[in-house]
Amino acid sequence: MSMMSVKGFDAFYGRSQALRNFSIELKSGEVLCLLGRNGAGKTTALKTIMGTVRPAAGTLMLDGKDLTGVPAKDIPRAGIGYVPQGRRLFTELTVWENLEIGLWTRNTDVSALDHALELFPVLKERMTQRSGTLSGGEQTMLAMARAMCINPSVIMLDEPTEGLMPSAIAGIRDAVIRLRDEGVAVLLVEQRVDAVLSIANRVAFMDHGEIKAEFDIEEVRANPELLHHYVGVGR
Amino acid sequence: MDIAPYLLLATLEGLVQASVLMLTALGLSLVFGVMRVVNVAHGEFFMVGALIAWACGVYIPGPPAVGFVIGLVVAPLFVGGLAWFADWAVLKRINYNPEGTIVSTIGMLYIIQQFALLTFGPDARAVDAPFYYTIRTPWFGYSSYKLFIIVIALALVAGLWFMLRRSKVGLLMRATQFDKETAQNFGIPVDKVYSAVFAIGAMLAAIGGVLVVPNQQAHYLMGTDPLLLSFVVVIVGGLGSIPGTIAAAVLIGLSDGLLSVFFSPTLAKIVSTLLVAIVLVFKPQGLFSGKGARA
Ligand SMILES: Nc1ncnc2c1ncn2[C@@H]1O[C@H](COP(=O)(O)OP(=O)(O)OP(=O)(O)O)[C@@H](O)[C@H]1O
Ligand SMILES: [Mg+2]
Repeated sequence: MSMMSVKGFDAFYGRSQALRNFSIELKSGEVLCLLGRNGAGKTTALKTIMGTVRPAAGTLMLDGKDLTGVPAKDIPRAGIGYVPQGRRLFTELTVWENLEIGLWTRNTDVSALDHALELFPVLKERMTQRSGTLSGGEQTMLAMARAMCINPSVIMLDEPTEGLMPSAIAGIRDAVIRLRDEGVAVLLVEQRVDAVLSIANRVAFMDHGEIKAEFDIEEVRANPELLHHYVGVGR
Repeated sequence: MDIAPYLLLATLEGLVQASVLMLTALGLSLVFGVMRVVNVAHGEFFMVGALIAWACGVYIPGPPAVGFVIGLVVAPLFVGGLAWFADWAVLKRINYNPEGTIVSTIGMLYIIQQFALLTFGPDARAVDAPFYYTIRTPWFGYSSYKLFIIVIALALVAGLWFMLRRSKVGLLMRATQFDKETAQNFGIPVDKVYSAVFAIGAMLAAIGGVLVVPNQQAHYLMGTDPLLLSFVVVIVGGLGSIPGTIAAAVLIGLSDGLLSVFFSPTLAKIVSTLLVAIVLVFKPQGLFSGKGARA
């Protein structure tokens, strides 16, 4: 049973505070959805967990191991997979080279790759293609596959469906469900509320760098006006 | 009188010069490409390599070839270590800040130069070529050592290409070059990659220095020319592009050889400087780099 726990993260860009007392807990086999308006600090929260934004305060634990303040490169090695906003593929490198880097991270064996390719079989035919030439949907699949190659116990996805067609979105959602059911803990940043409702177990609302409220998905389903209240969208 | 032999001679001289230039410029280009550091002290690594080659040639007993081979091994190792130290002691501490690295590598330039002056003195030092076999053509004899320089340079470039394109380490370097933050998100130790790249860049310059001493005397001020020519090559070839750097080195080396033989070395320098100006104005991404074509 794996578990990630973030407690009391503060983070700054220069003198402006981007995270205030940011805390979340994430268990294996569940999807926690992070919602918030543009600029609320969602991406910053993920970057701070990944260690590329250094927190001024707070702690990060994974499976009882203290990861607070470790070098950024050790976060993925501890088992946190990351699908950044905008995908951030190594677009000059081939599809295979991107996956190879994922496999390198924790020296995982190819079964992790096989698993990813089983979810995204289109990538198999594209191995030698420069990843920057993939379609938008394929790029997102590759970003997910790359993160899956590290065999993560936690995976964090930052708006993976941004700018995708409904058919591609369905593929990503199926993959997230599959990961969740296999016991991966999923932290999902998402703007599309409909997508959230169908796969999340819990929803956390964020504003001005702070978690304002957290609900089980049943509460949100029962009271859709919560969504309106916290992120200004209705159903 | 026939022009063909002169043309052949000038071409050979140009290719020899291009080979050394290619090594030195590739070092500069690799460091800039991956680390975004403009290493003003690059020519000093070349100079230290040359002086070590001289010392090995003079103090190691036996035939010149023994000293040469030992120099070819010791010089890049020593210079690589020096660069590793410089990266650790200076560049890392200023977080590879672009302006900061320019100023601090200028500082390194003077420190290394003065150390070389104190250790080796101001004299120009000559070294015997490791072998003297002369290749006869119908018109002139040509030093086989110079052809050997071309062979060594090509072998090293092939090795570098293989390392970057076919090895795991090269893959991590290319990923770091492309997106440092995402590289870290996949566990790549960016600081170690930087140290290694800075050392490898310096080693390439040092080997260039070793290869050059049998033709050209070693001297504590000899780093300036290779630095300037490397900048010319790197700008003409496209910053950080390895195929572009190779092509530009051949172009600049050949034009330098041809113009020097038929006209004057000064004209050769004028032409390459003009070429830089033209490239900077009309094709600032470099003559040989397509959009985003980075190695
Ligand atoms: N590198 C940076 N330097 C300075 N300020 C930044 C930087 N990155 C983000 N910010 C600021 O921090 C705040 C939070 O940004 P962040 O990207 O985390 O928001 P977000 O919730 O992910 O937004 P979006 O939904 O648009 O992706 C914003 O006000 C943003 O302008
Ligand atoms: Mg964001």
